[in-house]
Amino acid sequence: MAATGLSTGPGQAGPGQLPGMAGPAGAAPGAWAGSAALGRLWRAVRSNRKAAVGAAILAVFCVLAAVPGLIAHDNPEADAYPRSLGPSAQHLLGTTAYGQDIFAQAVWGARETLIIALVSGVISTVLSAVMGIAAAYLGGLWDGGLNLITDILLVIPTFPLLIVLVAYLPNGGLVPLIAVLVITGYSYGARQLRAQALSMRDRDFLEAARVRGERRLYIVFVEIIPALTSLIVATFLGTAVYNVLAAAGLQFIGFGDPNSLSWGTMLYWAENNAALQTGQYLWAIVPGACIALLGAAFALLNYAFDEIGNPALRPVRKYRTRHDA
Amino acid sequence: MRFALRRLAFFVVTLWACLTLNFMLPRMMPGSPITAMMAKYHGRVTPQALQAIENAFGVDTHASLVTQYVRYLGDMATGNFGISLTVTGEPVSQVIKSAIPWTLGLVGVTTVLAFVLGTLIGILGAWRRGGWLDGILPPVFVITSAIPFFWIAMMLILLFSSQFHLFPPAGAYADTLTPSLSWAFVSSVVRYAFLPACAILITSIGGWILTMRNTMVTVLAEDYIRMARAKGLSGPRIMFWYAARNAILPNLSGFAMSLGFVVSGAILVEYVFSYPGVGYMLLQAVQNEDYALMQALFLLITVAVLVAILLADIATALLDPRTRAAR
Repeated sequence: MAATGLSTGPGQAGPGQLPGMAGPAGAAPGAWAGSAALGRLWRAVRSNRKAAVGAAILAVFCVLAAVPGLIAHDNPEADAYPRSLGPSAQHLLGTTAYGQDIFAQAVWGARETLIIALVSGVISTVLSAVMGIAAAYLGGLWDGGLNLITDILLVIPTFPLLIVLVAYLPNGGLVPLIAVLVITGYSYGARQLRAQALSMRDRDFLEAARVRGERRLYIVFVEIIPALTSLIVATFLGTAVYNVLAAAGLQFIGFGDPNSLSWGTMLYWAENNAALQTGQYLWAIVPGACIALLGAAFALLNYAFDEIGNPALRPVRKYRTRHDA
Repeated sequence: MRFALRRLAFFVVTLWACLTLNFMLPRMMPGSPITAMMAKYHGRVTPQALQAIENAFGVDTHASLVTQYVRYLGDMATGNFGISLTVTGEPVSQVIKSAIPWTLGLVGVTTVLAFVLGTLIGILGAWRRGGWLDGILPPVFVITSAIPFFWIAMMLILLFSSQFHLFPPAGAYADTLTPSLSWAFVSSVVRYAFLPACAILITSIGGWILTMRNTMVTVLAEDYIRMARAKGLSGPRIMFWYAARNAILPNLSGFAMSLGFVVSGAILVEYVFSYPGVGYMLLQAVQNEDYALMQALFLLITVAVLVAILLADIATALLDPRTRAAR
């Protein structure tokens, strides 16, 4: 499918490690295919158990992020309570060595983590689509140039590059973090979308649009992009999981804003106060479990869409052949 | 042949891009991090070391960017990476040399293990489609792929080190020992490497299983499998010599590539366990604003990956004639 010789496999660091990138779905062509594909996605979410569980977890976290004050009445800030308390009725998950309520911190932390995942996921997906589709559609020198940039970014190890970039940035907040995640994370999706768009270039429905005399922009936005919906969704979900983990990792090693309320930052302070060695287990367990749950929500959705796109991977009922006996 | 040359050209271009990135980043960044770092280290390291940094990063120099760039490329080509500030006064190349064996040993062995185990489990999962193994693997993979590496490492420390005192929580070998080939030292190294290795294995094995299973599922639907069954060949023979043999290609090229990622593969795990490998050193370098060491490590990591990708591409082309014809 891809015209260049770069193989990707499970060892590839970056968003490529995630499921859901295996096979793009062959969407029906045409402008109406966009809404049809979205409708199909919605039906799929309702009928596929994995997708339903993923969507439910994501919805819960969205609620937490939107109205944290309603769910956690306690103050997440430092020194609000006695230090290092165990779990109790007042403090469901206890308090940290700084006197913060762990439950409140976890609830408030959802906001920043979700913002990072969604914003960086959306921007990288858009960048992937623009770079990939432009390269495929414009062809020639454009294709060569854009593709070279993408290929280079694809093979440079992502996490070390993230670390180096962040190392040179003065104690930045969210914006540099998201920018860096986008730059390092868009390439895998761009490559996949380019390959898929290339394979569509000579299909009849695009030929028909050209013969009708449609403008290029019209063809790209109304004909090509809708036909790529499932792959774009898969790209977004894969990038979102990766960005949740990468951002948490960066914050954990202290490259985030240490005063921000997020799960990665919670883990950073827990590690710095030797929470595991001093018996304050919940301080380290809770934020990590939240990250894992959010990541699992995206991964479940991704996996479900993969099954929808590639019927061969759907679970089958157990069957017996004579060879098993 | 043309294919190999094209890949080689890509290798050179990417390497050049990385070198240039390394050169440009410290000179472009707002707030000039180098100057800030120099001020911090002033009086703490020798004037010669500071002078070396000034030269390397273009602070207070009247040389033009082009001259600096040419000199920089020359330095990189001759392995002159400068002086490390983390380990005061030692040349960067020396510092890196001490870290590489630890990473190669820990992550290298774990990568091979994960590949072999993951591929086998994937083969079995696809062969017994719908069996118990196939039923539990995908959901388990979804969950492990979403858990942060470093958090698994922390939980392993919590369980096996803080609670049960079975394994040490940090370091590469007991402080009381000096490196030698004695039984005591080797067993200590294995004991210290056990938990980090588990953390890497848990998070990396899923990818191998899933890729192998999914490719194998596709291959099992091919006509030649039905043919093999019709001939009455034994189950294991079909599984390994007809199905797995044809399905292993994506995993094999992925494996070749992941060997390149061994050097950088487990930065956060090394960090959590204070394991003295390349990843831990990279973070140390960043935290100490030891930019010379950081740049050299980043270059090393990139070169390792580039070489592995080159080899993986060539191996794929040799093993699978279709990839050659497609071009």
